[in-house]
Amino acid sequence: MEILVCVKRVPDTSENDIELNSAGNDIERDDLVYSINESDNYAVEEALQIVAKVGGTVSVVTVGAEEDEEVLRRQMAMGASHGILLTDPQFEGSDGRGIASILKGWVQKGNYDLILTGVQAEDGAAQVGGMLAAMLDYPFASLVTSIEVLANNKLKIAREIEGGNREVSEIDLPCVLSIQTGINEPRYVGMKGIRAVQSIPIPTYGASELGLTPAQVGSAAAKVTRVDYFVPALGKGARMLSGTREQNAQEVVELVAAKGGLK
Amino acid sequence: MPRIFVYIAHKNGVLDDSAAELIAAAKKIDATAAPTAIVIGSGPGLQSICAEVQKLYPEVWQISNEALSYPNAELIRKVLTKIVPRGSVTLVAHDHFGIDLAPGLSIKLDAAFVPDVIAIDSLEANFLKVVRQEFGGQVSAHVNCDIASGAVITMRPGAFKTVENLSAPGTLVDKSAEVGPLTASRRYLEIIISETSDVDITKHAVLVSVGRGIQEKDNIGIAKELAEALGAAVSCSRPVVDAKWLQKSRQVGSSGKTVKPKVYLACGISGAFQHLAGIKGNPFIIAINKNSKAPIFQVADVGIVDDILEFLPELTSKVQELRGVAAK
Amino acid sequence: MQGLSATPQLVSWLSQGSVLFWLVHVLGVLCFAYIVARRLVPLVRAERDLRFDHPLQRFHNVLKYWFGQWKHPRYKAAGILHILIFAGFVVLALRAFTVLIVGVSYGFVMPGLSGVAGRLYETVTDYAATIVFLCMIVAIVRRLVFKPARYEVPRRFGNSHKMDAIFLLSLIAVLMLADSLFEATRAAALVHSQEPESRAYLSLPWLLQMFLVQASTSTIGAFCFAGYLAHELAFYFLLCYRPFGIQFHVETSLFNIYFAKLDRKKLKPVKWGLSDQQLDQVKSFGVKTFEEFTWKHILDFYSCADCGRCSDNCPSNAAGRPLSPRFLTTKARDYAFQHYPMFGKAGNGHALVGNIYSEDEIWSCTTCGACEAECPLLIEYIDKIVDLRRGLIDDGNVPQSLQKPLKALESRGNPYGKMEKKKADWTLGKDFQPVCPVKRLDKEPGANTLYFVDSITSFDDRMQSIARSTARILSHVGEDFGILGPAERDSGHEVRRFGEELLFMALRDHNSEAIKNSGARRIVTSDPHAFNALKNDYRHLPPVEHISQFIARQIRGGQIGFKPADADKVFTFHDPCYLGRHNDVYDDPRAVLDAIPGLNRVEMKRCRDRSFCCGGGGLMLFYEPKEEERIGVKRVRMAAEAGASVIVTSCPFCMVNLEDAVKVAGLEGKISVIDLAELVDQQIARPVPACEEVREIPQECVIGR
Repeated sequence: MEILVCVKRVPDTSENDIELNSAGNDIERDDLVYSINESDNYAVEEALQIVAKVGGTVSVVTVGAEEDEEVLRRQMAMGASHGILLTDPQFEGSDGRGIASILKGWVQKGNYDLILTGVQAEDGAAQVGGMLAAMLDYPFASLVTSIEVLANNKLKIAREIEGGNREVSEIDLPCVLSIQTGINEPRYVGMKGIRAVQSIPIPTYGASELGLTPAQVGSAAAKVTRVDYFVPALGKGARMLSGTREQNAQEVVELVAAKGGLK
Repeated sequence: MPRIFVYIAHKNGVLDDSAAELIAAAKKIDATAAPTAIVIGSGPGLQSICAEVQKLYPEVWQISNEALSYPNAELIRKVLTKIVPRGSVTLVAHDHFGIDLAPGLSIKLDAAFVPDVIAIDSLEANFLKVVRQEFGGQVSAHVNCDIASGAVITMRPGAFKTVENLSAPGTLVDKSAEVGPLTASRRYLEIIISETSDVDITKHAVLVSVGRGIQEKDNIGIAKELAEALGAAVSCSRPVVDAKWLQKSRQVGSSGKTVKPKVYLACGISGAFQHLAGIKGNPFIIAINKNSKAPIFQVADVGIVDDILEFLPELTSKVQELRGVAAK
Repeated sequence: MQGLSATPQLVSWLSQGSVLFWLVHVLGVLCFAYIVARRLVPLVRAERDLRFDHPLQRFHNVLKYWFGQWKHPRYKAAGILHILIFAGFVVLALRAFTVLIVGVSYGFVMPGLSGVAGRLYETVTDYAATIVFLCMIVAIVRRLVFKPARYEVPRRFGNSHKMDAIFLLSLIAVLMLADSLFEATRAAALVHSQEPESRAYLSLPWLLQMFLVQASTSTIGAFCFAGYLAHELAFYFLLCYRPFGIQFHVETSLFNIYFAKLDRKKLKPVKWGLSDQQLDQVKSFGVKTFEEFTWKHILDFYSCADCGRCSDNCPSNAAGRPLSPRFLTTKARDYAFQHYPMFGKAGNGHALVGNIYSEDEIWSCTTCGACEAECPLLIEYIDKIVDLRRGLIDDGNVPQSLQKPLKALESRGNPYGKMEKKKADWTLGKDFQPVCPVKRLDKEPGANTLYFVDSITSFDDRMQSIARSTARILSHVGEDFGILGPAERDSGHEVRRFGEELLFMALRDHNSEAIKNSGARRIVTSDPHAFNALKNDYRHLPPVEHISQFIARQIRGGQIGFKPADADKVFTFHDPCYLGRHNDVYDDPRAVLDAIPGLNRVEMKRCRDRSFCCGGGGLMLFYEPKEEERIGVKRVRMAAEAGASVIVTSCPFCMVNLEDAVKVAGLEGKISVIDLAELVDQQIARPVPACEEVREIPQECVIGR
């Protein structure tokens, strides 16, 4: 099976507070480190596990700039056989639809049976996978938590739905799936693996090679644009207790009792 | 102002809460709007759903089709693509179904797409300015959307207050005939119900809910002791289940259970919206988190900046003290 | 020899049987040679290991640990028993050889052992055989009746080894009996021929002789033949059977000790004899299949006597984690025996983890070194664990909980993913900075001493108090010191021990450069893990001292005076593994405590090189092994047993684990934990009191647990 995984490089924000820059139009990025989006990493692992079972290759693609090569290499160290960087100054300022159009350009150059994305980027909106599928007229499923390859070009998949329940469907190939975290246990990529792929050239493709026009991508084509970032007022709702630990505990007990929580 | 359509979610004959929230959102976009609700399904239950929706929306389009007995996003996208006029604004709830449906729908309708909106800022000419959150809710962003050729917007569940019923029920239009034969390349097979556990967290008045701040499995006992003292149940957020510290059935949130307690103690929970989406019925929320910037403090009623591993035992002893006094 | 004429029958037996005896000898020796040759096959196929250097030092080890049985008395009963058996074997070796020859040449006497010397030797061997025989009886009774717990085999590790052990012990008893019988018949025959001869008084041969003297010459001859045959059969059977079980150590121990690792402080390199640059060409790291162990490590497997001392001291085993060093070895030995059989094709190259080992087993080791400190045969464990981990890392098989910190170490230089710029934030408190300014050598190089803080002490709110105390002590004695701040990355100590060698090398190279640029002439650290890394894993650095050594030196130089300690408290020192066992710093921290006037100090039962690990530092804090009771909880109970109310340690990770354990054990208010630097900071007699009361350390916001 030929699998394409669409990945994104995002700032790793889990352990550090995000602050706004002085202009207020972006977050302060100087001290952030970037890595692959978490659910995209699960998607690559899932692709590798499928290929290990049924054969085929895994390619990873990203839309971005030179610094994004780093995440492609990491996924290649994980086991992906090809990394593709889609880059062009014209791509700058693309909205979700623009990104999906760029990816569509690449998908149509290849012959992929299955396209995977992460369910959502840290700074994203869980949109590109569904858009890409619609543009390609491929079936789509989001929040996928298991994949089983069936005969006759079909997959059996499960999606995460409310109440912790899982919705099981059958889906025809080729299709696009967005992968939820927890679907597998991604393997570790060590320094040795990264060093081994350090010098493999990563092919890049621009707008003209993908048959894209400014009407489809970039800021001119974007119907949706982010105006600014802001930090919502802190503790807007919450009344912050500032006593000693003991006083705070006492007050909480009284509040719980007052709300009828102590019977 | 373009016409506003709302996709109405329902399941097993029960109308989803989002129906009432989405008309509120529509009114925020345009106070004078008369949004059209689209109810898709099949069977006898559809009538009563439509009747309920008519109490909220001035106009209801009903599409009944055997193929739609289960809400298959691919088929519903096909139906909406057929009946929604180009250039309209379509609102969908940002839940597991909306994530499945809306992005592709926007492509098929050739409309702009804005996902997971938590507030409407303004509408000027063809530009709708909305508020979204990024980086797990740590920062918000204003987003401008050109709706000249229409838009599909998903609204975060719980972000918009519900509205009153209309004085007179809206009109019902049956659009079933406009929908041709339907086939899908993704076919629904079954639902696997999550394993049940000893405790039904949806039935408790008080929940002691723990998040990543509990740090390790052994510390769950600290929360259990407090819950025991309070006569409450222990629930949790997704990371705790992912780490296998508690069963899935204890998870509150969009991928877990929806709970309606009176008092909700959020302990070491940062307050991602996926978690908050599972808290309904406007409980009194007490948040304890060592990070003073945790988004949970924005939605909580009372907040304490402290380490739960230290604070919860203190709280437990206070509860026991009170109980002891009461017993005497 | 007139005695011979008196025993014509015996002579006839012997001469007629000589063909048979030759057959026994030749067959026995050939079998043994074949078996040993087969056992050597995996060693030949294994990875290389450089063990042929420093012959004098190795010979010294043989004298001390093999001939001197140095580690045996650590377990009194078993140790004394073993020393007696070992001594008996050494004494009897010559006699066994003589007896072999006597079989074909009855009158043979070992040169030099005729006359008085021979008499003396016979007396000694009579008693030796008797003692060994009795030891076997005692050992069997111990196994059957007293059943020492460390010999038990938990179900998860397979079947009990008891019957095998008893079988072997019995065989040795038979050997001794047969030997004694043979000697007794010879003596009895001499008595018959009016040449009064007596075996050593009250020895086993003497007792047997007492019976035999009554018998006819022909009966004696029969017994002589029977004793001889039984002796030879038992001898060769044992020789050829031992390589199939736990007694192979009789043959291998000498070699195992000669080739034992000489510098235990240095971790095994990924491959012997490769430079850092050459590592890039190595396809596969670590041990994945059996043959990727070095030949010495396979010799270790053969040499294990299954005495259980390693596991008896292993904290992971004690806590019920899936690791027991004893079975790490015996499972590998069983694998070797199964896949390198006596006949047929050898080896299959299957992965060890997932087959004989589980992933959890390999990650459960805290690398505390208690097993190695105990092993009488100097078997190595840490290098094997690290090699197995290198293999897991290379295949990407890393627990999810460890991936995040490893990735953060790669991108941020600390396991918590904290921003580098916050590394020196502990120096900034408004109560601290004005009284104890700390130089930033990354900005202004040139201080005499570098304080290497390391990740946990820099970022963890609780541990920052250790950093501040250390800084105040350095400042109190007028030391010109500074820190690297954001230029300091994690020492990589646990990164290396968790098998991520290349990441360790990147951290090491970065830090080495930063240290060089700082211009510091010496390094002090308050973290034994950093201490061990800088001292033993890094190269070409200025001299490194742990803060306890530094303080002890200052006390000796009269630079520090102390206020009297709280007389109501009882202190005990918990030896951090990487300070004590791995670097032999036991006395300095105790000297520091004893320099504080009025300080009551007790020792825990397990202290110094038998110290019991706190549960493991560094990345171990991120790993959640399955365990019945936390290791740290066991440790604080030991402190309570010793009557201590304050555990003093000198390692931030011990602090994390022990403070947590005090809470889990429900000993809050009864036992507290303090770092040696904090205690010293508290007790220093200052003209002006310190600004921070170290006893009231905020407990919240502790990262990384």
